[in-house]
Amino acid sequence: MSFIGKDGRARGEPMSDTTFLLIITVVIFLAMYVSAAILFSGKGFAKPQMFFNLLNENAALIIISCGLSIVMIAGGIDISVGGMTALISVACVVHLNDMEGSGFLTSLLLALGIGLAFGLLQGYLVAYLDIQPFIVTLAGMFFARGQAAMIETQTRTVANESFSALAQARIRLPIGSMNNNGVFVQAYMELGVIIALVTVAALFVTLRWTTFGRSLYAVGGNKQSALMLGINVKRTKFLSHVLCGLLTGLGGFVFLLHVRSGAVTHAAGYEMDAIAASIIGGTMLTGGVGNIFGTFIGVLTKGAIGNIVRAMGLVGSWWPGITLAAMLCFFLILQSVITSRKRA
Amino acid sequence: MRSLAKNPLFVPVICLGLVLLFNCVTNLGFFEISIKRNNVGNWILAGNLISVLNNASELVILAIGMTLITSASGGQDISVGACVAIAGGVILKILASKSGVPVPVAVFFGCLVAMAFGAFNGILVSIFNIQPMVATLILFTAGRPISSWITGGLSPRITNPILDAVGNVIPGVPVPTPIFVAAFCVALAFMAIRFTNLGLYAQSVGVSDKAARLVGLNPRRVKFIQFVIMGLCVGLVAFIKVSRVGSIQYNYIAKDIEMDAILAVALGGNSLSGGKFSMTGSIIGAYTIQAITTTLLANSVPSDALPAYKAIVIIILVAIQSPAVKAFWRKRFGGPRGREAEPGQNGTLPGTVPGAGEGGA
Amino acid sequence: MGAGILLTMRGVSKSFPGVRALKGVDFTLREGEIHALMGENGAGKSTLIKVLTGVYSKDAGEIRLAGHPRALNVRSPREAQDLGISTVYQEIGLCPNLTVAENMFMGRSKSPFLNWREINGKTARILGELGIPAKPERQLANCSLAVRQMVAIARAVDMNCRALILDEPTSSLDESEVEGLFALMGDLRARGVGIVFVTHFLDQVYRVCDRITVLRNGDLVGEYPLAELPRLALIEKMMGKELQELSGVHAEARDYGGLTPVVEVEGLRSDQGIAPFDFRNYPGEVTGFTGLLGSGRSECVRAIFGADKVTGGRVRVKGKAARITKPLEAMRLGMAYLPEDRARDGIVSDLSVRDNIILALQVMKGFFRPFTRKKATELAEGFIGLLSVKAASLDTPVGTLSGGNQQKVILARWLLTKPDYLILDEPTRGIDVGTKTEIQKLIVRLAAEGMGVTFISSEIEEMLRTCSRLIVLRDRKVVGTVSGSELTQDNVMRTIAEGSASPAGAAPPDGSAA
Repeated sequence: MSFIGKDGRARGEPMSDTTFLLIITVVIFLAMYVSAAILFSGKGFAKPQMFFNLLNENAALIIISCGLSIVMIAGGIDISVGGMTALISVACVVHLNDMEGSGFLTSLLLALGIGLAFGLLQGYLVAYLDIQPFIVTLAGMFFARGQAAMIETQTRTVANESFSALAQARIRLPIGSMNNNGVFVQAYMELGVIIALVTVAALFVTLRWTTFGRSLYAVGGNKQSALMLGINVKRTKFLSHVLCGLLTGLGGFVFLLHVRSGAVTHAAGYEMDAIAASIIGGTMLTGGVGNIFGTFIGVLTKGAIGNIVRAMGLVGSWWPGITLAAMLCFFLILQSVITSRKRA
Repeated sequence: MRSLAKNPLFVPVICLGLVLLFNCVTNLGFFEISIKRNNVGNWILAGNLISVLNNASELVILAIGMTLITSASGGQDISVGACVAIAGGVILKILASKSGVPVPVAVFFGCLVAMAFGAFNGILVSIFNIQPMVATLILFTAGRPISSWITGGLSPRITNPILDAVGNVIPGVPVPTPIFVAAFCVALAFMAIRFTNLGLYAQSVGVSDKAARLVGLNPRRVKFIQFVIMGLCVGLVAFIKVSRVGSIQYNYIAKDIEMDAILAVALGGNSLSGGKFSMTGSIIGAYTIQAITTTLLANSVPSDALPAYKAIVIIILVAIQSPAVKAFWRKRFGGPRGREAEPGQNGTLPGTVPGAGEGGA
Repeated sequence: MGAGILLTMRGVSKSFPGVRALKGVDFTLREGEIHALMGENGAGKSTLIKVLTGVYSKDAGEIRLAGHPRALNVRSPREAQDLGISTVYQEIGLCPNLTVAENMFMGRSKSPFLNWREINGKTARILGELGIPAKPERQLANCSLAVRQMVAIARAVDMNCRALILDEPTSSLDESEVEGLFALMGDLRARGVGIVFVTHFLDQVYRVCDRITVLRNGDLVGEYPLAELPRLALIEKMMGKELQELSGVHAEARDYGGLTPVVEVEGLRSDQGIAPFDFRNYPGEVTGFTGLLGSGRSECVRAIFGADKVTGGRVRVKGKAARITKPLEAMRLGMAYLPEDRARDGIVSDLSVRDNIILALQVMKGFFRPFTRKKATELAEGFIGLLSVKAASLDTPVGTLSGGNQQKVILARWLLTKPDYLILDEPTRGIDVGTKTEIQKLIVRLAAEGMGVTFISSEIEEMLRTCSRLIVLRDRKVVGTVSGSELTQDNVMRTIAEGSASPAGAAPPDGSAA
């Protein structure tokens, strides 16, 4: 991973916060996954498909978390992403099932449109009216879920051929494992994973090599200074919310590809999962520090926790939630300690 | 008129008035009150107004705690719903497991656990300097799983005369008991503000951390205490919730109540960024929210869609309070009055960038 | 515009509600000079700079820049930068979470994509040229404060800045870092950049500057070539020479031999970097901490009151050993402290006048024993009358009062606690003359009633009038004490200028630096 070495220890330079937090995350994830593979060798952690299922199940969350990370890097937060995902799932299902001439393309446009609308409005309220992002997006979250309930209160399954065909697309990989009958089974990925990976790569490039990307860091790091450096702080904040809205739209579409149904209660707790993934991935709540690759690892860590907890024999439906919260707590305190040490 | 508009209770009273006026126009039946027998044969008052008062009980109690937290820390606790689930789980577990444990003991432990979780939030906010909303995110995530862990994922049903009396009516008294519990808590809150310095300390810390320290206050401790008080409120709410049906569903009990509590504080005319507060305002705010909810339900809005309306209300409220909008109205309708204008914004030159003032200050 | 003149400001005025911050000030900056802008608190230095860089708009006057035929109308810091006027602030201006190179080029690129190789290469070249010891890829937070400042300067230079304003650049730097900065400034001077240097370190002014402009209370005192303004004269000009005779108010030295000091400290120091100091204050005595802005006078009294973290030393209160770790402990021992920054540390702006007045006494009385509203009103009214606070009512939020009335409210807050020892840190700053005199008289009267008082002010005449002993500080170190008949303006100024101890890190004055 060349980007770690870039400003890493190789030259005897002190690490940047971003790098430091990223390394912690990667180490924790690898340690977790490898030790699970060794300890629970019977549960299939060593099988490639186990890893790719992690991706298949979390593709939507990866995209959504990336959007959230961008807002957090710019010093804001967005807790409406879960509600938006539910709204998108409901709206798209209704659109796909009940409207003439609908297909996956029009539903994608609908999803992106909803995301964009939320992004524009929330961004305006946060950036130009200077309202706390938490309050704005809390309202956004409730608005989205309420709106979804107004459209449709029942859970509905997608019954649209072009969409279903797309949703069932499987990308076979040249690696795999033997199943119980000794037959070689190829590992596969869903289409959503490709979208997620492309998104991660594109955002990684955006944050590292574009003026806008670096402005996000500057604004999140210190608003006053960013202003003095000649950055349009308000516009940058606004755009961060717009981008997050768009990504949530895309993530909502991928979510629908995976679950193929729409319901008000879908994506429950996604905002928390996404925030947790971002924080575990090294994005600082205070802004200015974070890495899209870290967020990606953060989502995988969150997904792996569920698998490992199950493998450990903790069958209660509550364990993943509790372990995730414990991890969130650990990283929050770690960040707080880092920040206060800097100030001292 | 101006002095009236400046009264802190102006916003909440107007909002409550609007809701009632709406009902006057659309549905006078809203105000009907009747008395009937419930399914166990006790006389009970019925009607939308009674239902507003009754169902607002939990919200009123939480609004008290939320007001104090908002005032002292400038943030809100979003874990209250999840913590109600935890405390409810504890109460239910104790009552279900050992027969013969008196209800007050179970409630005591429920409150104790809720206060412990409140203290956890308080430590994150006061010692580790984490923004309240983010700190309480942890329990927001973990609260309901913890609750189901405590009850083992089961929802046993308890029948107990005391619970029934608290959750519904005391035989012979036709008014739903939660109304009395809420009234008792409100009285307690006003006594606390009257006979201790709770309010003064919270406001001082909320307005200026530094000035509060220099007059001898310990801002960390003051913030911490508010979260513990919120824990007590959460415990009592859990008690009412459990009493109402004799059981809990950890995924649905007190769902979205944090939103309502925050909204109550905002509707009460309080700034969500802390400082000066009006407890009366928050309490009126809480009843207003419940009146809105009941009105919407009476107009056959599906209950899942309610949050959308409330979200619009809260956005309008905070937008009106935002400095940018205030400045806009001031520019539109007459100059600034009362407050001194900020240096750097009252120059004679057109086109001075107000934001630029921040840079050098 | 004359040859070599880069920038002129003529008759610049700026008012804020209740304060005239600048009254027709002139300022001239020449090419290739380092020009010190000197003045005490409230003199108008920072207002002048903010007017120049477009943070504030001026009320009157004109600014001209060489090469521009018309008077400038600078509306934002960005515009000032584009005109070649850059400011380097001590605290803000750069983003610590970005790299050195990013900070150099952020906000300047027209292209949406960044070429790191090119940016890092350019940065390395500029840093090398200016001799700044930093690597382009290093995160700014991992650089020392000195390097951060140099990076900010390098950014300004690379943006073709002609006038560079350095606002207190040296206050957090150690000796060798200051050397590095001065070398860089010398280098820029040689390139023809005009530098405005704002500092409170006199030694540094005499080491690097060519010219000095002195402001006091928003007025221009004058502009002087360095060689024509010896150190003592400079201090006189900054602190005010015109000592008016004030009838009845003049402190006299008394013999406190038989008395126990209300407070006595030995080797006290705090985490704010003041050198350990000794101090005592007798009942009925008015003492003062004096020295220029930033000399550590506030830090000393904050350490006594426990407002900053005390890191060592002994304290005795009324003869008894005491340990003060937080303000409440000091208050319980009979101390009171009116803080320097009224708006930030003093008032609780949204709360009423009544609550603000009773706050300190209330906290001492305890959480469970609040005053009744009647009692609180009674207490507050008493002091409102005594200090003649002008407020619409006791329920008026204190933040809406004028500065002088706010200060009286805080004074009332502390007098209500009936302290044995009262610390007043700049109580007269930013308030009108009438109130100033009232406060001075009050101080003398309180002392006559047996209270120990410590008074800090930026205006020397005030302190001479009210104090009977002055502790003189320079560079966060006590350098002398002036008391009794020695208490004259000349003596105080001389002690500030020369001191009795040799200050750390101060190079010998060199008036001919050019």
